Amino acid sequence: MIDFPPLLGFVELSSAVWTYIFVTITFFIYLYIGWKSRVKETSEFYVAGGGVPAIANGAATAADWMSAASFLSMTGLIAASGYDGTVYLLGWTGGYVLLALLLAPYLRKFGQYTVPDFVGKRYYSETARVVAALCAVFVSITYVAGQMRGVGLVFSHFLAVQVEVGVVIGMVIVAFFAVLGGMKGITWTQVAQFFILIAAFLIPSIALSKMLTGHYVPQIGFMTGDIHERVDALHAELGFEAYTKPFTNRSQLNVFLTMFALMTGTAGLPHVIVRFYTVANVRAARFSAGWALLFIALLYTAAPTMALFARYNLLSTLNGAKIVSIDEGENEDGEKTGTPIYHLAAVGEDGTETPIHWINSWQVTDLIVFNDKDGDGVISLQKDGDTFAEATIDKDILVLATPEVAGLPGWIVAIVATGGLAAALSTAAGLLLVISSSMAHDLYIHFVDPKASEAKRLLVGRIMILGAIVVAGYFGIIKPGFIGEVVAFAFGLAAASFFPIIFLGIFDRRTNREGAISGMITGIVFTGGYILACKANVILPFLFSEPLITPMFANWTEGGILPESIGAVGCMLNFVVTLVVSRLTPAPPEEIQQLVDNVRIPRGSHAPEAHFDETDAEADNP
Amino acid sequence: MSAPSDEQPPAAPARPNLAYWRANLVVIVIMMIIWAVVSFGCSVFFVEQLNAWHIGSLPVGFWFGHQGAMYVFVVLVFAYALIMDQLDKKYGVKE
Repeated sequence: MIDFPPLLGFVELSSAVWTYIFVTITFFIYLYIGWKSRVKETSEFYVAGGGVPAIANGAATAADWMSAASFLSMTGLIAASGYDGTVYLLGWTGGYVLLALLLAPYLRKFGQYTVPDFVGKRYYSETARVVAALCAVFVSITYVAGQMRGVGLVFSHFLAVQVEVGVVIGMVIVAFFAVLGGMKGITWTQVAQFFILIAAFLIPSIALSKMLTGHYVPQIGFMTGDIHERVDALHAELGFEAYTKPFTNRSQLNVFLTMFALMTGTAGLPHVIVRFYTVANVRAARFSAGWALLFIALLYTAAPTMALFARYNLLSTLNGAKIVSIDEGENEDGEKTGTPIYHLAAVGEDGTETPIHWINSWQVTDLIVFNDKDGDGVISLQKDGDTFAEATIDKDILVLATPEVAGLPGWIVAIVATGGLAAALSTAAGLLLVISSSMAHDLYIHFVDPKASEAKRLLVGRIMILGAIVVAGYFGIIKPGFIGEVVAFAFGLAAASFFPIIFLGIFDRRTNREGAISGMITGIVFTGGYILACKANVILPFLFSEPLITPMFANWTEGGILPESIGAVGCMLNFVVTLVVSRLTPAPPEEIQQLVDNVRIPRGSHAPEAHFDETDAEADNP
Repeated sequence: MSAPSDEQPPAAPARPNLAYWRANLVVIVIMMIIWAVVSFGCSVFFVEQLNAWHIGSLPVGFWFGHQGAMYVFVVLVFAYALIMDQLDKKYGVKE
């Protein structure tokens, strides 16, 4: 075990105090950068004047895109599902290969501001643009919902309030940051957030790696250590399938489909695509994608090591822990006031008892619940259905809890919490910009008031941001799934709506307006409908008491096609519908076909065409 | 309007950069094959066969799914950017 020095000598400061300090400092940094890089020009709001170097843009893309799902949730999901967690790892990194090879350089050359703008111009149709804007709103709100849950968890933990209260605090903070600054402000803020979140993730991984494998580099410790054997042995003892064994938690077909949906979804995410307009030219767009993936891989190759180490720590610490005392959670009259709080101690080989403190705060917020069902005074983590016999542990807390489990000092615990906030805030800011521009610039103008004044559009954009935060907050509270799963739904929706028509828009000159519109609608309605039907009871609990359907094709593949996987099917449907309808209807006009030819060569790219947006008004009224 | 199909050889002056585009497509196809092999191949469809081999004591299929494929992805994206630099120069379409 390495001794981490107490930071500045304040060893006795609690992790909550450290968290206050770090969170306050980083919030001031974000505010300062946002204020310093306030935009003066309209075009700068959206694309940062094309003046961001490829490597900085790569870091900003990485922060924009690595959200609470990557930072807080993914490690816990991998730890709980073992090998099958690869769907998140490869799905969310493999998508960058698609993005870099198939979309980013051409979209940069195309030179539009947003994905609906691209769709509207390439498919020469206002209808296509409106459909794309609607899809962008659906995708982005689903994605923000996951972030709200993440922010809520962090606040819940260090302020010791229920998660619901934490989500509400998070809503206020996200709303505050979302209305600050434009793309340039966001870009440089996100560069700062990238460094905070990557440091926050790597420091505990390195500490754990040193502790459990003797090697400082987690990726090497993972490969050379014997920790996977010890986890597999613990799993065998407790009745779980081996951690390293594939397809124990989801079928092979579902692993393939989820991975495919996350890959194509990554390449179709509106707020990530917008990133590639921020660089100077096509060449920079290609390299920027490379830098982004490299920065993402720093966290993504450390996450599975952290998952393995955390799994080991959790099982070896809690299984067989002795119950010292139980606060029944009743007041003096014997009324229930909450779930019982267990005080546990680890029993050493020589019979010495060491109290386990870190579980206490998680029990207050019900994220860890113990229940000594057999009354033997010892906690058992034997497999019981999908979970442990005598403990329920929320998967999303694993990254936050691991430094405490490993006994790392309070300031490291605080850094991790700060990193989680950075991840959630940077992503939420980018997404809310997409929502506000789609709603105010595309939908409001089209459906409500084509002659709206600039001030009015600005107001609409602001109201829409707040509306989106409320909707996302609702989902953060009712929790339709763990953060990573909710975010996976957003990727599935992006895969089913955007990826095929952007790809075909570049690689198939014959794809036309009719094909694109019917493809997008088919993809998003099918995918959204399936997710909603499978999750009806969780998404709308006041209307449905049980899911409308159980996952289909259960006789093909164990468990049927999961809601997380369905985006892959929606994506393929979109491809088929778009191609077939395009061939049955008139070809695109000659100038569109020439435009496609032009997009395919790097020479002659220009800054995105100026157009009006709600954000313009902000530059006019500083 | 006539319906020109995508792959029909067009009149040369109408699409002067077709050779560049074809070369680009070849690079993309090769890279996508490598991409599919390490992700869907090594990590989904043949992971159990690969697990028969070990790095130290770690099964190779498990390593690919949790580490290896991601390293290949990073190399692919940078390799594509570098190769395209050469193609841009060769076909004179560089900015």
